[in-house]
Amino acid sequence: MMRHLKILEYALSSLLRRKYKNLSIILVYAFTIAVLGSVLFLTHALKTEASRLLADAPELVVQRIFAGRHDLIPASYADTIRSIPGVAEVRPRLWGYYYDALVEANYTFLAVEADPPGLTMLAGRLPNGPGECAIGSGVAGARQVEVGDDLYLIDSTNLGLGFEVVGVFRAESQLLTNDLVVLGQEDLIAFFGYPPDLATDLSVVIRNPTEVNTIAGKIKRLLPDSRPISRSEILRTYAGVFNWRSGMMLSVFAAALVAFCILAWDKATGISAEEKREIGILKAIGWETSDILELKFWEGIAISLTSLLLGLLVAYVHVFFLGATLLAPVIKGWSVLFPTFRLIPFVDFYQLLVIAFLTVTPYVASTVVPSWKAAITDPDSAMRG
Amino acid sequence: MTKHRLFIGLTLLQVMVLGLLLVHGQSQVSTRLRQELPDLGAVVKTLQLTDLSIWTEARYTRHPSQADHFTPFQDFPSALEHFPAGSIMAPPRTVNPQP
Repeated sequence: MMRHLKILEYALSSLLRRKYKNLSIILVYAFTIAVLGSVLFLTHALKTEASRLLADAPELVVQRIFAGRHDLIPASYADTIRSIPGVAEVRPRLWGYYYDALVEANYTFLAVEADPPGLTMLAGRLPNGPGECAIGSGVAGARQVEVGDDLYLIDSTNLGLGFEVVGVFRAESQLLTNDLVVLGQEDLIAFFGYPPDLATDLSVVIRNPTEVNTIAGKIKRLLPDSRPISRSEILRTYAGVFNWRSGMMLSVFAAALVAFCILAWDKATGISAEEKREIGILKAIGWETSDILELKFWEGIAISLTSLLLGLLVAYVHVFFLGATLLAPVIKGWSVLFPTFRLIPFVDFYQLLVIAFLTVTPYVASTVVPSWKAAITDPDSAMRG
Repeated sequence: MTKHRLFIGLTLLQVMVLGLLLVHGQSQVSTRLRQELPDLGAVVKTLQLTDLSIWTEARYTRHPSQADHFTPFQDFPSALEHFPAGSIMAPPRTVNPQP
């Protein structure tokens, strides 16, 4: 045990002799792990949160497709779907988009049925009469309005309309409600000028959840121009959106991996003449090849373990305490309204192990292998370089 | 013989801080799932929401699960993308399974 500790002590002294070089390697290494860790933590937390939140999404949404595009769906489709055995309820959903030229942001408009229930995530209440609206905190912030103020919007006939803000969604629900403007059904129909007896899509409540796919198939047969989207498909979409292979993650991961490979390659293709001479001297004064390999192993471990732990700490604090502030501008894109991430810290331990394995192992290997080559050569020739 | 003690001490400190953060995270998960999730679930149920309000720049980034077949994401993985959000979102799997 004492022998190992002494070799570790020597390895640390050796690293300290080249402290600026090693410190810069640790910083670059830790930065790479922090970026990679941040993206993995963020996407995993978003993916898990999406699957938990959208577990209460409509069981089945039925759209109408016309000329390959999503079109408004006639009320008669609801009657056809209602006649299918196993369907408990069909509710028309009215929603759409609105571009607010004042703040250059897009809002999602949504109609809520009369006598809506109270929501704890809402400061105030949902609209329950004409001329009322409830808005997401992103909209409230962009337009600088609060409960009791009026929100002025331009309708489809280019007429300015004022809606009294009767509720603002709490910041905790930003991930769901940031850009929402909730109106009463009559108001939304008048605002967008919806033709009579048409809805955006239909939400279907099914008595037995195991029959969702069968009922979706029946709907598709009875109404060939319809497109049923089940809750499991919604959840699958989000699992796919934030999966390992998603675009940004792949790019960041590939870039980090390539940078890391260059570093490893640089170390693996040869050690400096100074390091070779050091190995030769150590051999000459009686060090075994195994001792030299252990020395290089400790050097590799000291650098990679410190960088790994530092990188993971930075990534965790960045994503779960600072709301991924450095990553947000990158993933924000052109969205004017973008939620502040207040993520539940779901961490995938498998991902931690993968990061550790993909970074520590190649680095230690690339430190030990070239040293092994130098350690098995004759001390005299090693010292001469 | 002090450097290795310092190194082991520092490494243990880092492991401990990371461990504490993960334990704190786990306790946060259970607390917030118990306190916030039912309320957020009620929002989803009442408003019949299908998507997260993250990217508001285009229809198919605001509602990826409701996007039609002719959005860039529905075409193929390396399709030319018009919006930056496409750099982080992968194309969804076939939303409407073919019969």
